[in-house]
Amino acid sequence: MIEIVWHGRGGQGVWSGSAVLAYAAIKAGKYAQSFPQFGPERIGGPVTAYNRVDDKPIVERGPIYEPDIVIVIDPSLVKPRYRERITRGLKEGGTLLVNTTLEPGEVRREFNVPDSVKVWTVDATTIALEEIGRASPNTTMLGALIKATGLLDVQYLEQGILWRWPGEVGQKNINALKRALREVRGG
Amino acid sequence: MQELKKVEQTMLALNGDEAVAWAVKQSNVDVVAAYPITPQTIIVERISEFYHNGEIDIEFIKVESEHSALSASWGASIAGARAFTATAANGLALMWEILYIVASTRAPVVMAVVNRALSAPINIHNDHSDSMGARDAGWIQIYSEDAQEAYDNTIMAFRIAEEAMFPVMVTLDGFTISHTLQNVLVLPDEVVSEFVGERKVPRIKLPMIYGEKEIPLMLNPKYPVSFGPLDLYDYYFEHKVQQNEAMKASVPIIEKVHREFAEISGRSYEPVHFIPYRTEDADVILVGLSSTMSVVKKVVDELREEGKKVGAIRLRVFRPFPAEMLRKELSKFSAVGVLDRSLSFGGEGGPVFTEVRSAMYSAQSRPPIVDFVYGLGGRELPPKLIKKAFEDVLAMKEEPETPVIKYLGVRE
Repeated sequence: MIEIVWHGRGGQGVWSGSAVLAYAAIKAGKYAQSFPQFGPERIGGPVTAYNRVDDKPIVERGPIYEPDIVIVIDPSLVKPRYRERITRGLKEGGTLLVNTTLEPGEVRREFNVPDSVKVWTVDATTIALEEIGRASPNTTMLGALIKATGLLDVQYLEQGILWRWPGEVGQKNINALKRALREVRGG
Repeated sequence: MQELKKVEQTMLALNGDEAVAWAVKQSNVDVVAAYPITPQTIIVERISEFYHNGEIDIEFIKVESEHSALSASWGASIAGARAFTATAANGLALMWEILYIVASTRAPVVMAVVNRALSAPINIHNDHSDSMGARDAGWIQIYSEDAQEAYDNTIMAFRIAEEAMFPVMVTLDGFTISHTLQNVLVLPDEVVSEFVGERKVPRIKLPMIYGEKEIPLMLNPKYPVSFGPLDLYDYYFEHKVQQNEAMKASVPIIEKVHREFAEISGRSYEPVHFIPYRTEDADVILVGLSSTMSVVKKVVDELREEGKKVGAIRLRVFRPFPAEMLRKELSKFSAVGVLDRSLSFGGEGGPVFTEVRSAMYSAQSRPPIVDFVYGLGGRELPPKLIKKAFEDVLAMKEEPETPVIKYLGVRE
């Protein structure tokens, strides 16, 4: 089973991103969960969302304490003071994927990430602004995620995006996702 | 039901609230009256979408409060309609007066309760204070473990309600189930439609002056009847005792509906009232409700790896309470821990504990029982705390002198 924790702020589409991922995994014939950790619901407040993906039915439930993958969707969280929150429980050999203009090596230093963790970065906010016209980096992060981990085939993510945002908006999000496939750096 | 057999189902990605809304869409419901409240809101939103897209043929009554939501559902139900509503926490509290009226007129309303902590202070997260507070109101209560079960329970609830002539509360944990998207297998529309059938209305014999005639017991201008008229000390008591007997008589109906549902869906919840997990050779067990028990099962697996003989029992049907069956089941363990996600202020333990321990008083062999109150207001119960609970219960085998009530995961 792959367990994923998303970190971001209200309004950035953390929950939608995780929902699209779970939908895509289910369409691909897998078992999946997506759920939010809600605090007070407000724009700008810290938001965490979770995903579980497996080939067999999932018994686990509730928060994830030892993720395989951590996704940071908000560039302002790339600061040493958020290190504990972001890297807590991240498994050895796991993946850290960050929306930032920084290079993977810089993020590794900023968060003092052990060598065993793979660090990937993508400037998802710029891609989202250019492709979608608004700073919603969630679908861009999904593109980066599948490039970094090979978790799912891109066609299922496209189906998931169109499920959530039918029509033109969905297409723009797919464009953003495809750009992330090319522009994500790391490994 | 023989010809229905197991059918081709569709795998959807739904959260618990959406799963309930899907079940309602497929269950030939006539009237939905509901008022939004977190974390139940998605149920009402989806039903509203189905309605406006023409995917569901209902009267959708927008009301100004939960008191009115249940009042309208009651009116519809005693007029012969199949009625559904949904609520949570303070919304359920505002329905209080009508809960008893629906139950005591034996109106088969089905209600989803998305379990959430009660105010004050305001808290939108999961515990069971809301539905546990309503446990004496005369509703059948079925607690769901995940979104799939919330879907299944909602469909079965219509059959149980109408055959037993009791309202049914289907509960699902706020956020942990209601807002968690997961795989949900959905039956074809026509299979659910055939399973639930048309609304069943009991028939009564008319008084002689109307002639030898049977009519459906419902509001009907042609043959006026009253529901819930004045009933003082001359007969009220008898009616309440009968109501209690009738609730107990719903047990075989609940079992029958579950078995028929298993035939069409392949999903069996045997033995219906509660589900044991790895209890065959277990020394000690934890008993509890709902989604927490998924995590408890994982912990049971881990402790079994370490050679500890532990098991779990997930209660599903809390009303009518399966005292007799549980008494038989629990007698064989050396110690029992109960998980309670609500408090009874000033009482000796939470509602599940007092019920379980009371059932065990008349058992031949009585294991020591401890209550673990946990998770109030959505507080997490991580696996390591469940392990600690198991360790406490294992220690009780040797030394039963222990506090009756313990709190799991609270600051001291």
